[in-house]
Amino acid sequence: MRQQLRIMCVLLAWIAAAGSACAQQIKAADEVSIDAAMRSAFPKASADWPTRLKGDETMQACSQYKDAPSAELARAIAAREGASIQYPPNGKLRGDWKRGEQVAQSGYGLRFTDYPPTRETGGNCYACHQLTKQEVSYGTVGPSLLEYGKIRKFSEADTKAAYEKIYNSHATFPCSLMPRFGANGVLTIEQIKDLVALLMSPESPVNRP
Amino acid sequence: MKTIRRNVCAAILVFASGLAGAVHAQQSSDAIERELETYRSMMRSDPWSNPGMLDVDRGETLWKTPGGPNNVSLEGCDLGLGPGKVDGAFAALPRYFADADRVMDVEARILWCMEKLQGFERAKLLNRPHPGPGMPVKDLGAIATYVAYRSNGRSFAAAFSHPKEKEMLALGEALFFRRSGPMDFACSTCHGDSGKRIRLQPLPFFSKPDEARKIVGAWPAYRVSTAHVMTMQHRIYDCFWQMRLPEVELGSDVPVALISYLVKQAEGGEISIPGMKR
Repeated sequence: MRQQLRIMCVLLAWIAAAGSACAQQIKAADEVSIDAAMRSAFPKASADWPTRLKGDETMQACSQYKDAPSAELARAIAAREGASIQYPPNGKLRGDWKRGEQVAQSGYGLRFTDYPPTRETGGNCYACHQLTKQEVSYGTVGPSLLEYGKIRKFSEADTKAAYEKIYNSHATFPCSLMPRFGANGVLTIEQIKDLVALLMSPESPVNRP
Repeated sequence: MKTIRRNVCAAILVFASGLAGAVHAQQSSDAIERELETYRSMMRSDPWSNPGMLDVDRGETLWKTPGGPNNVSLEGCDLGLGPGKVDGAFAALPRYFADADRVMDVEARILWCMEKLQGFERAKLLNRPHPGPGMPVKDLGAIATYVAYRSNGRSFAAAFSHPKEKEMLALGEALFFRRSGPMDFACSTCHGDSGKRIRLQPLPFFSKPDEARKIVGAWPAYRVSTAHVMTMQHRIYDCFWQMRLPEVELGSDVPVALISYLVKQAEGGEISIPGMKR
């Protein structure tokens, strides 16, 4: 009897210790608190900002899973984001690579000092990617795009894939770090075509290092 | 036979020169990095070589001199260790303050003291609180630099024991990974991996304590390219600018939460103010 009591006491003590250890762990913040904090932290933001501070369904999912969604969630994201892709009306996916290089170099636009805008928004591709051999000031958040078209033999399929990746990267890579340049209205279809030309034209310096 | 041998030799030469080129590039990069490290250690060995020390000095004067409509000094300001106690206060921040019923970092707390003790108008302090290029850090930032300097040599040791401190830390972690805005950026988009850079600017991986410990203790830092001291609240304000989000208010819960997260990741890391940045 005494032995059983002793075992019970040890067990209860262990449970209590485990319970208090759990209480030490920090509870994750809830959506309501996060939203409230975000809304109150940007008093100078214009009226359309509060919804943009939250992020849409895909962004909420990617935030929740720290950009590592389950296979099932990834499929849902790819389908949703793929549906957002708008193609050029005449079906021509390649524009002017010279203009594309300018779009890739420019980080202008959408910063709170860029209002009212004095020029078109840039893609700022060099912030994260290597593109031409000549430009040594390139970032490494994304993979190198040097010889992108050449490696893919300038195929039509890869031209379409490149367009889709720029327009909405999540259609191909759910929870990609890359901005949804087309879907979010950062770049126009014409600008995206110019970037596709930069990547996929044989004459482009990307493919002629 | 001769043709094959010639082609093979040519191939080996091309391969070797390519390899040598790559090795040379790496050696140049290593040599540059060694020179930079020599420069940095020389700066560290003589703290007065950092122009940010002028703002530490100015901050000390501002702390001790009566000012504001109430004409009182900040020596009555409680930074968490009791009124006027400056040594080690920065190392224990952010923390909960009962009088404000809020968790505050060093800049939010100094803002509070400037308002409540010295009588400065809060709205005026919050309006354009950060310097433009070539302009010196504002008074609040200079005081924060001085206060941080008085924790040099200590390690980050904020307790995060009060329930509101725990909430703030949880909020900071959630915000760090929260993607939003037209570019779908979160802090983690850029600061979520090792060895990455934007253009040529290396990016610390803040969720890795090893890296956080090396970086967080250098802020406030003297920014060479803009010739002024940049405080942590200013650095975060600038991040939001690049992330295509609106102007974040100094001392509001969002930057305080993010600073809490950074300081927690940097726990045990050494404080060495002012740092020196690009």
